[in-house]
Amino acid sequence: MLRKTFESEIQQVKDDVLVLGSMVEQALLDSVESLKKRDVKASQKIFADDQAINKKRFDIENTLMVLIATQQPMAHDLRLLASCMEIISELERMGDYAKGIANINIRMGEAPLLKPLIDVPRMAQKGVDMLHRALTAFVNEDVETAKSLPVEDDEVDALYNQVYRELMTFILQDPTTIERANWLLWVAHNLERFADRVTNICERTVFIATGEMAEIKSTDDEFWKQQKREQ
Amino acid sequence: MTQTNHHVLQTKDLGIYYGNFKAVTDVNISIERNKITAIIGPSGCGKSTLLRAFNRMNELTPGTHIDGEILFEGENLYANDIDPVEVRYRIGMVFQKPNPFPKSIYENIAWGARIHGYKGNMDELVEFSLKQAALWDEVKDKLHQSGLSLSGGQQQRLCIARAIAVRPEVILMDEPASALDPIATLKIEELMQELKKDYTIVIVTHNMQQAARASDYTAMMMLTEDDKRSGTVIEFDKTNTIFTRPKDRRTEGYVTGRYG
Repeated sequence: MLRKTFESEIQQVKDDVLVLGSMVEQALLDSVESLKKRDVKASQKIFADDQAINKKRFDIENTLMVLIATQQPMAHDLRLLASCMEIISELERMGDYAKGIANINIRMGEAPLLKPLIDVPRMAQKGVDMLHRALTAFVNEDVETAKSLPVEDDEVDALYNQVYRELMTFILQDPTTIERANWLLWVAHNLERFADRVTNICERTVFIATGEMAEIKSTDDEFWKQQKREQ
Repeated sequence: MTQTNHHVLQTKDLGIYYGNFKAVTDVNISIERNKITAIIGPSGCGKSTLLRAFNRMNELTPGTHIDGEILFEGENLYANDIDPVEVRYRIGMVFQKPNPFPKSIYENIAWGARIHGYKGNMDELVEFSLKQAALWDEVKDKLHQSGLSLSGGQQQRLCIARAIAVRPEVILMDEPASALDPIATLKIEELMQELKKDYTIVIVTHNMQQAARASDYTAMMMLTEDDKRSGTVIEFDKTNTIFTRPKDRRTEGYVTGRYG
């Protein structure tokens, strides 16, 4: 087959994207686990690990630039390489959410958690599960999965909604909890955004496979409308 | 597809024969006015044959004939009352290898125009043509030197100036840059962008990057997969579409360098 070298370089890029993805998945799970245990040292490590995620992203970006410059990709190859550029940027930002959660744990200092974490780890687990399947769909160019995954974001949104209401109740009952409630709200917000970005990756997978560049309907707008109605 | 004044040339079920051999089959494309249309495809798929049919240049090869139709400004290009010499003035051609006449730069341009019956100011026509071909500044002080003294890229632009001098409507280019270095190639491509304001351009190129950079529309040609092995246009679309999301898997294979 023509372009054997290019094919293997493309495969290497896909593998690297998966490696970056698994680094991000681990960082998010670790960030919530260390918050749950109030383990500040573990959170500091996540902070340092984020550097490795950023470096991996730059390395892949550089490889992509070199491939585009030297191989002049067209059609499917071009869509794939351009989309990888986008996907690694999403993954790097998703890593930043893990870093953000680690940061909150560090900033909380000695203050105990306002409440035991139940829905927050669920959000993290769901988000990571979605990311994992989205990246598998990306590698296999599985359009069906890529199109169906974003709907699952509703579950994360529902959990976020639940956490939000619960924390509001704490604040209303005792305004001195505002700061601690706010920290947890930020954690939940980071997790909600994490799952949102999975949708962006799925959109790229559809684009790579079909050339169709379209937003996969997100129910986020519905969520915010509902918030507004309830207020 | 109906003929509109957007389309200068239109083929209808076009087939081109060399004797009994049908080199090109079933081509139905429309060439849009003031646009650059590239014809791409692997060697031997009939690109140049199709291009030459557009100004009846193929008739210079004995035994060549066509079936179907080519409409030029809505008229059958191959009708009995059409003079092929006249056709070749209105639809000019630039070849792969620069082929200036062994005459002065000035005469290269004046000669064709004179034969064509041009009665206006010849100095003005020479200047106009050389300016349009982006060559004037480089040759204005040596108009009476031989055209053959110029570099390859300059010779090619001189040939373009010569084609322009008879005020054609369409300029056909058969791999106009394949004998040129990358800088001279880019000059020709830039020039094409200027020329399309006044002319319609159809270019055959082996260089896919050139088609991607320089053209508005792309026709992808390939041999049919049956045992007739005749060339045909398998996909015709905006260049941006052909190079980012082609519909035909053979086009995909060709533009990504995996097929052909």
